[in-house]
Amino acid sequence: MARAIPTRQKIVMSVIAWAIAFLIFFPILWTILTSFKTEAEAVATPPSFLFFDWTLENYVTVQERSNYFRHFMNSVIISLGSTVAGLVIAIPAAWSMAFVPAKRTKDILMWMLSTKMLPAVGVLIPIYLIFRDTGLLDTRLGLVIVLTMINLPIIVWMLFTYFREIPGDILEAARMDGATLRSEILYVLVPMAVPGIASTLLLNIILAWNEAFWTLNLTAARSAPLTAFIASYSSPEGLFYAKLSAASTMAIAPILILGWFSQKQLVRGLTFGAVK
Amino acid sequence: MATQHSRAAARLMMTPAVILLLLWMIVPLSMTLYFSFLRYNLLMPGMEEWIGFMNYEFFLTDPAFFAALTNTLLLVGGVLLITIVGGVLLALLLDQPIFGQGIVRILVIAPFFVMPTVSALVWKNMFMNPVSGLFAWIAKGFGLQPVDFFAEIPLLSIILIVAWQWLPFATLILLTALQSLDSEQLEAAEMDGAPPLSRFRSIILPHLARAITVVILIQTIFLLSVFAEILVTTNGGPGYATTNITFLVYAQSLLQFDVGGGSAGGIVAVILANIVAIFLMRMIGKNLDI
Amino acid sequence: MRLLPTLIGATSAVALCVAAQAETITIATVNNGDMIRMQSLADDFTSKHPDIQIEWVTLEENVLRQRVTTDIATKGGQYDVMTIGTYEVPIWARQGWLVPLDDLGDDYDVDDLLPAIRNGLSVDGKLYAAPFYGESSMVMYRKDLFEKAGLEMPEEPTWEFIGEAARKLTDKSNEIYGICLRGKAGWGENMALLTAMANSFGARWFDMDWNPQFDSQQWKDTLNFYLDLMKDAGPPGASSNGFNENLALFQSGKCGMWIDATVAASFVTNPNDSQVADQVGFALAPDNGLGKRGNWLWAWALGIPAGSEKVDSAKAFIAWATSKDYLQLVADKEGWANVPPGTRTSLYENPDYQKAAPFAAMTLRSIEAADPDNPTVDEVPYTGVQFVAIPEFQGIGTAVGQQFSAALAGTVTADQALATAQQVTSREMRRAGYPK
Repeated sequence: MARAIPTRQKIVMSVIAWAIAFLIFFPILWTILTSFKTEAEAVATPPSFLFFDWTLENYVTVQERSNYFRHFMNSVIISLGSTVAGLVIAIPAAWSMAFVPAKRTKDILMWMLSTKMLPAVGVLIPIYLIFRDTGLLDTRLGLVIVLTMINLPIIVWMLFTYFREIPGDILEAARMDGATLRSEILYVLVPMAVPGIASTLLLNIILAWNEAFWTLNLTAARSAPLTAFIASYSSPEGLFYAKLSAASTMAIAPILILGWFSQKQLVRGLTFGAVK
Repeated sequence: MATQHSRAAARLMMTPAVILLLLWMIVPLSMTLYFSFLRYNLLMPGMEEWIGFMNYEFFLTDPAFFAALTNTLLLVGGVLLITIVGGVLLALLLDQPIFGQGIVRILVIAPFFVMPTVSALVWKNMFMNPVSGLFAWIAKGFGLQPVDFFAEIPLLSIILIVAWQWLPFATLILLTALQSLDSEQLEAAEMDGAPPLSRFRSIILPHLARAITVVILIQTIFLLSVFAEILVTTNGGPGYATTNITFLVYAQSLLQFDVGGGSAGGIVAVILANIVAIFLMRMIGKNLDI
Repeated sequence: MRLLPTLIGATSAVALCVAAQAETITIATVNNGDMIRMQSLADDFTSKHPDIQIEWVTLEENVLRQRVTTDIATKGGQYDVMTIGTYEVPIWARQGWLVPLDDLGDDYDVDDLLPAIRNGLSVDGKLYAAPFYGESSMVMYRKDLFEKAGLEMPEEPTWEFIGEAARKLTDKSNEIYGICLRGKAGWGENMALLTAMANSFGARWFDMDWNPQFDSQQWKDTLNFYLDLMKDAGPPGASSNGFNENLALFQSGKCGMWIDATVAASFVTNPNDSQVADQVGFALAPDNGLGKRGNWLWAWALGIPAGSEKVDSAKAFIAWATSKDYLQLVADKEGWANVPPGTRTSLYENPDYQKAAPFAAMTLRSIEAADPDNPTVDEVPYTGVQFVAIPEFQGIGTAVGQQFSAALAGTVTADQALATAQQVTSREMRRAGYPK
């Protein structure tokens, strides 16, 4: 901004912003704190905020009970795999929508989005039967396929709105220089669209990581990701707040850290064409 | 620039995405459509027979159906209202120069990264529980009767949980849009002596219209299928207070294992979702020239 | 930290598995304490059967039920051993979905299984799932609070006494609630309690022609008694409390009484988890002088889906996990009080167990008092104490449970809840083609 900001105003605004941000973040903070308490302390009134006996016992218990790393790896593979597959399919589609728009482009885009409105619970049985017959039950491949299809519309849309901001002349120029379509997309468009692609990638990893219906219902032991890990802690017997908190922290920590480190990239492309 | 060659190429490039989505939509959907005309319960194999529209009749006359329809609309509308109003205010705040802007932004977007099941469990047990929850403790500290969230205001409680998860998303999109606002225009208005509220109404809000539309569209898609939060917290009750269409279909097809009835419910849900979609697209068409 | 060894362990386990050409069985189980313990003790099994590897799928009860039912009904073949309850076993066995377990080995001693439990898991005299633990329901109460209030809990209380005592014990300003009962909607949650309770009031789900009976005076009495009691002496938020929530309340010392699964007895008396461990007393579930008590009968059991290709390995596992030796193993490692209860007569005759588990006698009496074939005062066309063993029940039970939960939350009256329950049940039963 051009003007000097009065310091007083900045301080007041900062205090308000910090207070609100803290409130919004508090449930997560509270979960993390609780995960270091004993079960008895976790339900104690008045609750203790920082001054309790910090313990790692919940993490030990959780790790003894379940193979966290297998669930974690499954989550990584499934969310990365489905996102990359989605990008590979979506980049050409978004290119053609953005640079060679046809009369029906908008309709196709909207139709794609509307496929996301299929209620998953209503089609579980058909999908389960198909997966059974194709041997995809409890495979990571199966989940990658499903999550790719689920998130594809969002990927196409995000990329499309981002590509549209890129001036077509540059692509045109590349074509004049004799670039093939493949190299036009790979070496001209993609590098220019890196921020948009990065942001799409991140958003879809987050969405895939947190998808809890298909990942739970189409897996058993081998390919179950962290959502299934959480389902084994969601209501065990007895006092369970501390163990639940530990498991929750373990399930959300990777994506939280990823999100924090990459928030600039995530935010930059997250416009969905809302910014002109 | 669109030569004949590139038009053909462009169609080709769209084909994989279109065909895959078409398959993904049509195969399960046609199976569901077929099942919806059958008496078909997974737990009673061998009794399948064609029964015409009976499953639909049964689903639509379910006393829970209208409650579920209303709840779905209230849930979507309530969350949209909270996240958009809250998101605009937060975006305005975060757009100000403040100390530690990066950290504040990190804290604000964090809820978006949390799995729905986890957030529902945490809210239900550690915050909204009327005996050992934190809210109850605060209320008692003020000498008030703790609110019994899932009995007294069940739907609102779920709306609050879901809104907490989606507020960061709305804030982010609105913030990005806000940052693209030409600050000179604002300053000029300020020089002219326009009070903050009228500056907001005449400059900022119109500028945010497109972003708000986008938030509505994307969130609606996800909010129509809210399910985990309900299953974890209230199981659709008390009564039908928190049963939405998705939960009703779930009860039919995965509790009852009545594939026929569940499929009919699924088809009804698809039709309803499409009505919403058409409505949304109209709105988008006006606001968003894509 | 522990990270590296685990990783190495996992890798070497995979390597071993490949080297020995071991057969891997997948076991689906609920995340209850006893099953978690079984999982941690499974090394004992694999060391005895080096050619068998185990994959665990541990899920929360509702998710598990949905997963295994989908899988077995579509013949998905994901699991070799499934943890199922007394509700599923008779229905699935009649469909031919379960492998009969009539040859679990010579030293299995199938006649040692408690008759009530064994009966609940058999169809036409054949056992289709082996009980891992069995439970009924009973009253758990706080001796210290009873003493302070000058009350004495009889071994066989009536509902009238329970009601009186609960109101006397309640001290809301100190967060002591006279009675904690389930209120969360669900056929296995509030309806388990209410159906069992209704039996002792002489109510029933259906008459002999499968007509729903929610318009009867007995149901009205049951529901009104429950609602009044909970209003006067129950904890806030009761309409979303299930087994786990109530357990947490009781363990943290906020309930005077709690009527729930007998298996909870070992949790509330375990000093590691419970703040009131040394103050818990037990009594039979209440009655109303009609000859039936309000206690249910349930068992979590291990069964093998008919499609499994690893039946022998699966049987070997089931025989291990439900054997007398397993009880001994748990006793050696964790003490007698922690063995899975309610399955074997010999356990209740074991003096070590009787000494370590103050709740043993009451648990056995409760289990023996439940009769799934004659659950209530009048004759019924169905089996099951706290459920009706027909496939439609899960849906109907949950829909009715939602109505009663709403009545508890105060959004509808008892009469409205019963009327809606009657309507919902009639509708579903008509649709399912009853009377058959």
